Amino acid sequence: MDEAIGRDAPRIREAFSRHRLSWLDALPWLAALLAYFAFPDYLSLGTQVMIAIIFALALDLALGYGGVASLGHAAFFGIGAYAAGLWALYVTTEPISGLVAAAVAGAVGALLAGPLVLRTRGLTLVMLTLAVATLLQAVANAEWFKPVTGGADGLFGYQIAPVLGVFSFDLEGSTGYWYAASAMAVVFFLSKAIVNSPFGLTIRGIRENPVRMRMLGVPVIHRLVVLYIISGAFAAIAGALSAQVTRLVGLDSLAFMQSGNVLVMLILGGIGSLYGAFLGATLFVVLSDRAAEIDPFNWLFAVGIVLILAVRFAPQGLVGVIEDAWKKVRA
Amino acid sequence: MVLVPVNRDVYCCLSSRKEERTVLINLLETALALLVSGIAYAMILFLMSVGLTVTLGVMRIANLAHCGFAMVGGYIGFTLVSQTGLGVLPSLVLAALATMILGAALERTVYRWVYASGELGQILMTIGLTFVMVASVNLVYGSALHAMPLPLSLTHDMQLGEISISAYRVYIIVVSTVIAVTLWAILEYTDYGKRLRAAVDNPRMARCVGIDVPRIFAGTFSVGCGLAAVAGFLGSPILPLEPWYALEYLVPVLMIVAVGGHGSLKGSFYAALLLGIIDTFGRYYVPALGAFTIYLVVVGLLLWRPHGAFGRSLA
Repeated sequence: MDEAIGRDAPRIREAFSRHRLSWLDALPWLAALLAYFAFPDYLSLGTQVMIAIIFALALDLALGYGGVASLGHAAFFGIGAYAAGLWALYVTTEPISGLVAAAVAGAVGALLAGPLVLRTRGLTLVMLTLAVATLLQAVANAEWFKPVTGGADGLFGYQIAPVLGVFSFDLEGSTGYWYAASAMAVVFFLSKAIVNSPFGLTIRGIRENPVRMRMLGVPVIHRLVVLYIISGAFAAIAGALSAQVTRLVGLDSLAFMQSGNVLVMLILGGIGSLYGAFLGATLFVVLSDRAAEIDPFNWLFAVGIVLILAVRFAPQGLVGVIEDAWKKVRA
Repeated sequence: MVLVPVNRDVYCCLSSRKEERTVLINLLETALALLVSGIAYAMILFLMSVGLTVTLGVMRIANLAHCGFAMVGGYIGFTLVSQTGLGVLPSLVLAALATMILGAALERTVYRWVYASGELGQILMTIGLTFVMVASVNLVYGSALHAMPLPLSLTHDMQLGEISISAYRVYIIVVSTVIAVTLWAILEYTDYGKRLRAAVDNPRMARCVGIDVPRIFAGTFSVGCGLAAVAGFLGSPILPLEPWYALEYLVPVLMIVAVGGHGSLKGSFYAALLLGIIDTFGRYYVPALGAFTIYLVVVGLLLWRPHGAFGRSLA
């Protein structure tokens, strides 16, 4: 037994070290600090980037680590956004409790949807994740629930109190910027700890070979549901941030394009490394902001082409391209 | 004294026989009109799902771009009817042929990459292709809704005694039933049908006994695109043509394939009928729930039977 571990020790060390904290992990916040001073006019765009990063991190946990191909992660983003909006309207305008409430709502949503969705595989799973998001959008749009959700008009007209009672949400958006950066830090380091834990290793095992993990005695569905709950909670935090910063929750927070965009971001960045979320979301949000001013449909055309080419020629995304280049430089 | 639901949630109590009769006729008329709409909607969805079902059955490919072919076919038909003044039926055939050629061309090129990738890659690539289709259609036709200019003979209401029903919906049902029966006959009785069924049941074994599965599949893919185009064309008065069409109706079509059982055409047919009719009645009688009703039904069905509520074999 010990001998076996001794032989595999380098591989085991590698499995854990890949996700150990390094100086690289400070980079996003250094970049955020630089961007804060370099582009003071684009703070709201920066906030959108960080919200997208949190959302992409949530999807990376489910898709990149658990292998759950979700085409409906907007469900949790939307749950978080509506929860935060309703929290501010009816309970308290204090923002951090709103984030927590949204995370709980997202977790409960994932707990309810998870056992249904994760029993299946392949196209049925994709279809069910998509159906759950569409179902929620139908609920938010339905006449019966209009008094709660605001229907097609969305939720608006709520105030958000200053963060920690000190930093009020100003027009230039610097509070929102640092608020999102802090939330991003919490979500990132939690994600890092999760994927690095024994639980995270089991999850990666399930992604590689669920049958074998089942035979090793791992309760596969149970673990996947737990992962889905965590991912749902993080996605809900992203939604809640968006609701608090923009003070508007619309039906589009649950729309297919919301799920599609985050998937594209993650694929472009690279799945299963957490860093892909940062690269992909930054690139996608900044470019789409520029492109939306010019022509949204040509942007969609470009996204489609890039998506096809990326899957074909760079399935590991930008992270993979950078890793390959780095290996070549060192060799 | 009868308690009759007149419409939505209004109930009325009747004592006079004459009033009772008219209310009953109203009720019957509503139910019949709903049934006809429901079946017409279901047939459109079924035609759209055929290609997807077969692709999934033979190649195990989740082709999310499939509704894009319906959209492209619909737009081509729209151009033919409105620009060239061709009749509805010739335009329908031409649009279907054009879409089949497009489908075959894409199958030869982009889909080679799709086949070579894993499950996630297939989903992403076909979504990418859908985005390209959406953007292209918008570039050519703009983002406005397009209504198919139909001849008067199709847009009037037919009278059956005292009950009137939409002639166009009956037309949809007739045309798509003819197509469905032809499809079934081809699958059941022709050599090609036998080969295709063998390929769906067990692609590897079919290859071993000398069936050229990729060729069978290329043909079927193209036919599936053509059928989707027919659905896009015929269904355009119900499902109006707009650039987001390809994504808008993806969810109902996927639901039908999932409920029908992967790779089962018969299952898809029953699933389409069930979901189409429930959706139409649901939206009418419980409008407050909107599209919610149908999702509840689908989630319930899939909880009960995760691998589809209907059979497994192709025919």
